[in-house]
Formats: sequence, structure tokens, C-alpha cells
Amino acid sequence: MNIAAAANETLAHNSNVLVYSAMAVYTLAFLAYMAEWVFGSRSKVGRTAAALTSEVRTPAAAATRVERKGGTAVLERPEVVTKAAPGSRDVPDGPGAAGGTEKGDLYGRIAVSLTVLAWALHVGGVVTRALSVERAPWGNMYEFSTTFAAVAVTAYLVLLVLKKKVRWLGLPLITTVLLDLGLAVSVLYTASDQLVPALHSYWLWIHVSCAIISGAVLYLGAVSTLLFLFRDRYEAKRADPAGKQPGAFATSVMERLPSAASLDKFAYRINATVFPLWTFTIIAGAIWAEAAWGRYWGWDPKEVWSFITWVAYACYLHARATAGWKGRKAAWLGLIAFACYLFNYYGVNIFVTGLHSYAGV
Amino acid sequence: MSTKTDTPRDPGADPGTGAQTTPGADLGAAGSRLSTAPGEEISFPSLGPVGWARWFWRQLTSMRVALLLLFLLSIGAIPGSLIPQTSVDPVKVEDFMTGHPTLGGIYDKLGMFHVYSSVWFSAIYLLLFISLIGCILPRSWQFVGQLRSRPPGAPRRLTRLPAYTTWRTDAEPEAVLAAAQRVLKKRRFRAHRDGTAVASEKGYLREAGNLVFHIALIVMLVAFAVGSLWKSEGGKLLTEGDGGFANSLTQYDDFKSGPFFDTGAMEPFGFSLDKFDATYERTGPQKATPRTFRAHITYFTGADGAPHKTAIDVNEPLDVEGSKVFLLSHGYAPVVSVKDGRGKVVYEGAVPFLPQDAKNLTSTGVVKVPGAQTKDGKPNQLGFQGFFVPTFGGKGSGSMFSQFPALDYPVLTLTAYHGDLGVSSGLPQSVYKLERKNLKQYVDGGKKVAKMMLPGETMTLPGGDGSITFKGIKNWASFKVTHQPGNGLALTGAVAALLGLAGSLFIQRRRVWVRAERVEENGVGVTVVEIAGLGRSESPRLGEELADIAVALGPDAPPAADPDPGAAPEPGPEDSAEPTDSADPADPSEGARA
Ligand code: HEM
Repeated sequence: MNIAAAANETLAHNSNVLVYSAMAVYTLAFLAYMAEWVFGSRSKVGRTAAALTSEVRTPAAAATRVERKGGTAVLERPEVVTKAAPGSRDVPDGPGAAGGTEKGDLYGRIAVSLTVLAWALHVGGVVTRALSVERAPWGNMYEFSTTFAAVAVTAYLVLLVLKKKVRWLGLPLITTVLLDLGLAVSVLYTASDQLVPALHSYWLWIHVSCAIISGAVLYLGAVSTLLFLFRDRYEAKRADPAGKQPGAFATSVMERLPSAASLDKFAYRINATVFPLWTFTIIAGAIWAEAAWGRYWGWDPKEVWSFITWVAYACYLHARATAGWKGRKAAWLGLIAFACYLFNYYGVNIFVTGLHSYAGV
Repeated sequence: MSTKTDTPRDPGADPGTGAQTTPGADLGAAGSRLSTAPGEEISFPSLGPVGWARWFWRQLTSMRVALLLLFLLSIGAIPGSLIPQTSVDPVKVEDFMTGHPTLGGIYDKLGMFHVYSSVWFSAIYLLLFISLIGCILPRSWQFVGQLRSRPPGAPRRLTRLPAYTTWRTDAEPEAVLAAAQRVLKKRRFRAHRDGTAVASEKGYLREAGNLVFHIALIVMLVAFAVGSLWKSEGGKLLTEGDGGFANSLTQYDDFKSGPFFDTGAMEPFGFSLDKFDATYERTGPQKATPRTFRAHITYFTGADGAPHKTAIDVNEPLDVEGSKVFLLSHGYAPVVSVKDGRGKVVYEGAVPFLPQDAKNLTSTGVVKVPGAQTKDGKPNQLGFQGFFVPTFGGKGSGSMFSQFPALDYPVLTLTAYHGDLGVSSGLPQSVYKLERKNLKQYVDGGKKVAKMMLPGETMTLPGGDGSITFKGIKNWASFKVTHQPGNGLALTGAVAALLGLAGSLFIQRRRVWVRAERVEENGVGVTVVEIAGLGRSESPRLGEELADIAVALGPDAPPAADPDPGAAPEPGPEDSAEPTDSADPADPSEGARA
């Protein structure tokens, strides 16, 4: 074995150590998020119920503030009254997992700090893997899965840095990140190695990185969509006091989530933002296919499923624009669309053979 | 600020609350035509063929049916990815047919083996594109109308709009309105005076983007059609140092083309394989995985073009005369020399063998020698069935399998036949298969004649019928030559679609009205300024934008003291804690905040 190969072997080893360490810290973060939810459950929250049972809220009169400065009045940045769309319940967002409790909030902050630490280890693991193979770390399903999770956590942390209130995403996200990484290191593990000649291309960087980013961010949208379905059902039950009311546990969890309208909007924004990127991913793939195989589109299973995923998301966007298909129906379409993305990844790589089956499962 | 948001607002526009259902719906003209999306109506037609035709057309071009067709398209695409497709792998289709005769028959009838060119799949996407055209035409027309008309006037009660703010000022309404018009124009709104209000609108690019996107989809479909109607694709296998290839129909090993491709007018070019390089991973779990494939070739273009030397790698095709030459695969061609009964060399050359296992290249092939004779000069055609392994791994076991794809320990095994090869029957024959009907296997002393040979070794045929010598090994490489017009058009369409989509999703279309009216309050004249906004879609940015506009109007419409302080809600505690959050243009903190 020559020296360079030995160095690469060491790097590959370090990468594995980093990924395992990240998993350990993610586990701690997971426990901290759990603690946040548990302590938060002790708060008395009943905002949805209150909002839904109180009289229809009338928009407060618009207010402007006037401030005197040196004798002349200047217009303070005015308060603008905005109204919820008709037909949507005018329900405020829940307070988050901590439920406004101090202890819950403390654990929430610890959880986020641990997530940042785990993320740093995780990204380190991905980068050392890339260095050890001297290429983009996306040559097989192991590498794809670890990168995918790293990008999903990055997206979550970026939203937090942008001061978006998305801590409610923490628990479901970290749970699935742990599952994904567990699957990657146990079932999908492939020793670090070079690529087959067919993958030597800078389009690998462009196409695959876009595919990973799209999927990882769409995943956040899918989580939000799923929670929307639960919260929407919950709000519907609350709005109908005569019907069956949700149980104590459901109430405790659902109360702390953002309102159904907010979850839906969050999911829409994510999906709509990523849709052009996914479109670009497919176009880049077509250009690469043209360069590698002489045709930009050949109905290869991977291409077919990318197309299906794309059409499914187009369906979702159309549904949002079509009266009568908003809300739950559109949400289901959004989930189907994400399921298509997942199938394209796991299903097509494992069960279907095609030109793209280099994945080294 | 009451426009807090905890969600990312990049795509901003949220058609979840389309114009049909926004408060705009009951605002009359003010809320109208904020998009060109067709409305949803399911009314049944009055009878009569014209009524039904119109009804059908309206249904086909409605959003609901577009949604349905899109959904059908994605579902229809699924079977093609799970069932083997003739266009991708005909052998697999045949295997499937023999494995599942009944199901295969049903699949065949349903066109499941060529889903993407089947009648039903075509029907879905053709309907979708008719729907698309039927949708785009009126929408474009409507959009042009919207561009040429002015933004609609202010509704009577601005408080009913989704975003609203108001204050009182001592400035004259005329001055406020003039300032409003200026401010809005500066923010690139289309603004005009309408009575006591200024009406304005912005974000037309959203609609334009949406239309461009949908039109680009049609462009891409057309490009796709052009590509498949005029394309051609052929395969050619070349052995190192052997005769080259020239681009004409007869020279291809296999060839397919679209219905409109003119095989009589193919571009003149050609090439030959000088040398093929391959390297493989030697150790580790990925052992035997190819690392490099490179074909060194000499090519010419034009009728009598000069030869050029170049190399073709996987992924890096050669571009010649509007065609592309791709390196597809490679294998080995044992070089043999055959002597017949008269001792005459009747065959000498490299015979390409086809890999049976893609990883280690255990290969099979045949040698056909139609010109051989016995020592008495009788025709005695010879045929050899062979196995070739680049790295022999069956030592002692007697079986032939390869352990590694490189030529580490090459072994050729041949069994010999004689008789009639059937090559003169006129029927086309595979060069990789022996037609054994009229062939007899050589037997010597009750044992079939076969030999495992290292390079340089010779197998002698019984009865003095001659011999075959394994002289060495050459590489072969197979190439795909493709010609596909319409790629540029497809790419143009794709780029336009992407840009249109970005415009459609990231730009928000909205209307803003500013009204300034003089009212009498407690016997004193004061001007009430009202600003209201309506988005094509609900977006938190609208509120922010309204506030920005109000701030920009500040110098021209300074707020007057509130005549009735009790009427307005108390400022929130956190607001009063930020005294620097002032909109006074002279305030130095303004720049820092903006
Ligand atoms: C090939 C099929 C089609 C695809 C892939 C497709 C895709 C899309 C996408 C991705 C959007 C989202 C952009 C946005 O929200 O602004 C959109 C919007 C839209 N599509 Fe399509 N579309 C197709 C066919 C059609 C057809 C047949 C119609 C006409 C009935 C149509 C009408 C619309 C309208 C009106 C919008 C705008 C919705 C809005 O203003 O929010 N589309 N389409």
C-alpha cells in the first residue's frame, strides 16, 4: 500500500469515527428535545380552544403612533392590520414544544446546542469522507444518506439562525436523522472508494448536490405537511364543541404546534422554493445524460421517478391554486410527492436496475 | 409590529389563498383579474352539440382537469419503470414473456413493454398539452388586456382589505395623493389617480413568468418530438488495429432511427480504434471495478478528410459532423490463426468475444472458417465455440471463470466442429453464435475435442483436418453513434421554464391603494390617509411593504395629533421601548434600520 492510500485509509477511518460521534451527540440532542416536550407539557395551554370558541375576532382598528420630536410630529412606522384569509381558522400559533415553561425552554436550548455540535461532527465526517476518496462524497448510498441528513440539519439550523420559529421541527427531524444515519452505517455502508468511470464528471457535483439539497429541504416541508394534517384535524375537532374532543395527550402536543394555517404555509413555502431547484436538478441530469449516454432523456427508471416526483410536486402547486383542492387534499398530494422522491432514492436504487444502478448498495 | 412571521417568506407568494377566495372576491373590480387563472365552475351545459363542445372544452382547459391529467401522467409513468421496456432492454422483455406467458400477453396488449410510446400514455400527455394550450391562449390574451388597462380603482371600504393602515394629517389631500403617486412610482408600481385615491399595482412579472413557464413546457415537448422523429442511433464494435468504420447504414452493427431520419444522406465521417486502455481497482472491496476506460482513435471527417488522432473516454464523446460518438463498452478479442487440412492458413485474425459477466469479463465467442478444406481438397467448414477468461480462476476445477477483468492469466478454451456453418443459406446469422444444425463436433477416441490454451498454444484437429493457434489478445471497444436534432431547442425551453418558474413562484403580484380625504372632526378639517393592500396571494411581505410606503409618505403627510387619544390602542410596551425606531428621514438610525 502506498503512502497516499494509507493517508486516505486514515481519513476514511476518521470519517467513520466522526459520523459515529455525531450519532452519539444527536442521540443526546434527541433526549433533550424529548425533555423539552415533556417539561412543556406541564404548561397550561389552551389557546386554540380559546381562540376557536371566542367570538369571531374583529380586526382591531389600525393604529398609528405619533411621536413628537422638536415640535413636529413624525410618523412612526405604522402598525398594519393584516387579516387571515377567509375560510381559514384565525387561530394563533402554539407556543412551541417548551410550552412557555422555563425548564422546557432550557432543554430546548440545550437540544439546539447539541444539534449544532452534532451537526459540526456530522459535516466533518462528510468532508473527511470526501477527502479520503478525493471526490464528491456522493458515490454510493452510504455517502448519499450521510450527506442528505447533514443537509437537512443544515437547513433546519439555517432557519433557526434566520430567527424562524422552527424548533418544533427539532424532534421529528433529529429522530429521522438518527434513523437515516443508523441505516447508513449498518445496512448501506460501503468502504470509501473511487468512482466508476461513468461518474467522472463535474455534473456529478452540480446534479447530485442539487438533488440532495432538494430532497433534504423538501423533507422539512413534508414533516410540516404531516404535522399540518394532525393539527388541522385537531383544530377541526376543537372548532366543533359538539363533536368528539381530542384526548389529553393529543391536546398537549397539538396545542404547542404552530397553527394549521402556519404549518401549511411553511410547507408551501418550502415546496415552492425547492421546486425550481428540483426542476434544475432534472435539467442538469438531462444535460449530463446527454453528455454521458448521448440522449438527454431515455426513460431510465431513475429519470422516470425524478419526472414523477416533479409532476407530483407540480400537482401539489396546482392544487394550491385550485379552489376546492387546498388544505388537506393538497397536503396529501405534497406527501405523495415526497414519497415519490423517497422511492426514487431507496426503491429505485434497491429494487430496480437501470443505467443509474451504480449506487453500490 | 403586527406583521410578525415565523416562517420563511422567500417564495412569498402563497396561492393557497388565490384571488378567487381572498377578500378581493367581494371587492368587485378591485379584487378582479389579479391573476389569469381560470375559474372553477361546474355548471352543466344547455343541450345541443355546440353547448356540449363548449362545455367539454371548458372542462378540458380548467385547472381541475389539468390537475387530474398531471396526476394521471405521473401514475401512467410508473409501470414503465417497473416492467422491462423494449426500448431499454429487449432481452429482458423476452425473458419476461417466457417467464410469465399469460401476464406477458396482457402486458403486451396494454403496451406495457413500451409505455412511453403507448397509445394511452400518449393520450394523457397530448390531452394535457391541448389543455395547456387551451389554457395559455386565453390567459395570455387576458394578461395583455391587464397590461394595457390601468389598475382598478379603490374599493369603497379599504378596511376590508387584507392589509390596512390609516392616520390623520394636516396636509392637503391633493399633496398627499401627489406624494403617494410619486412614492409608488418610485417603488415601480403602476400608479394612477382615481378620484380621491391613487390605485397602483406591481408584480406583473409573476404572471408573465407563469405564462413563460407553461409555454416553455410546450417548447420542450416540441423539441422532444423533433428529437425522436429525426434521431438516429447506431452501434459499432471495433477491434484494435483492425479496419475502421465509416458512417453509412451498412457499416453499423445495429441501427435505429426516427421515422423522418434520412438514411441516404448521412454525414461523412469515420474512425478506427488504435488502442484501448482500461485500468481496474486491484484490491479492496471494490476490486475489479473499472477506474479508467479510454479508446485512442483516429478519425476523419468529410469525403476525404485528413486523419486526426484523439481519445474517447466514458462520458466524453467525440463530436463530429453533428453526431456524437460514445464509448459504450469493451471486451477481448483473441487472435487466432487456423490452418486447414491442406496446411494452408485459412483464417487469421482477432475474434471479438462477448463478456458474459460484466465484472470479470468471462467471455464467449465463436470462430467461423467457411473456407477450410480437408487434406483431399473437400470443403470442410470449421467452427469453434470458445470461452475466454482474462484471468483464469478455475485451475484444477476444469471450469472456466475469470477472477479479474485485466489480462493477468488469459486462457482460451475451444471446442471444434466441422460440416456446414450455414453461412451460405442467405439468412442473416449472428457472428457470436454457431448454427449447429449441420455441424458435427470433432471426437477423438470417444472424447470431444476441446482444449484449454495459453497464448501461443495450438490445438490440432483429429484426422489431419488442421489446427488452430491462439496467437494473442486484442481489445475491442463498442461505440454508439448518435444524432439527435432539437437538443438546443430543448435546452432553450428548459432554461425558459426555469426562469419563468422562478418569476412565477418568487414574485408576488399585489395592489396598493392610497386614499386621502378631507373630513370634519369636531369642527376642524383634517385629512384621513388610508392605505390598503391586496395580494394575489397572502404574504406577510404585503404588510411590511404597506408600512414602508406609509413611512415614505411621512414627510408629505406628517401625522396630526390624534383628536381622540382614547380611540387608538395603546402602543405596545416593546414598541415604546424602541424610541430610535423612527421614520424621520433625518434620523441617523433610519439608514441603519433599513
Ligand atoms: C404539463 C403540464 C403542466 C405543468 C407541469 C404545470 C406546472 C405548473 C407549476 C409548477 C405551477 C406553479 C407555478 C405557480 O404557482 O405560479 C403552475 C401554475 C399554474 N398552472 Fe400549470 N402546469 C401544467 C399545465 C397547466 C394547465 C393545462 C393549465 C390550465 C388549465 C395550467 C394552469 C396553471 C395556472 C393558472 C397556474 C397559476 C396558478 C397561480 O396563479 O397560482 N397549468 N403550473
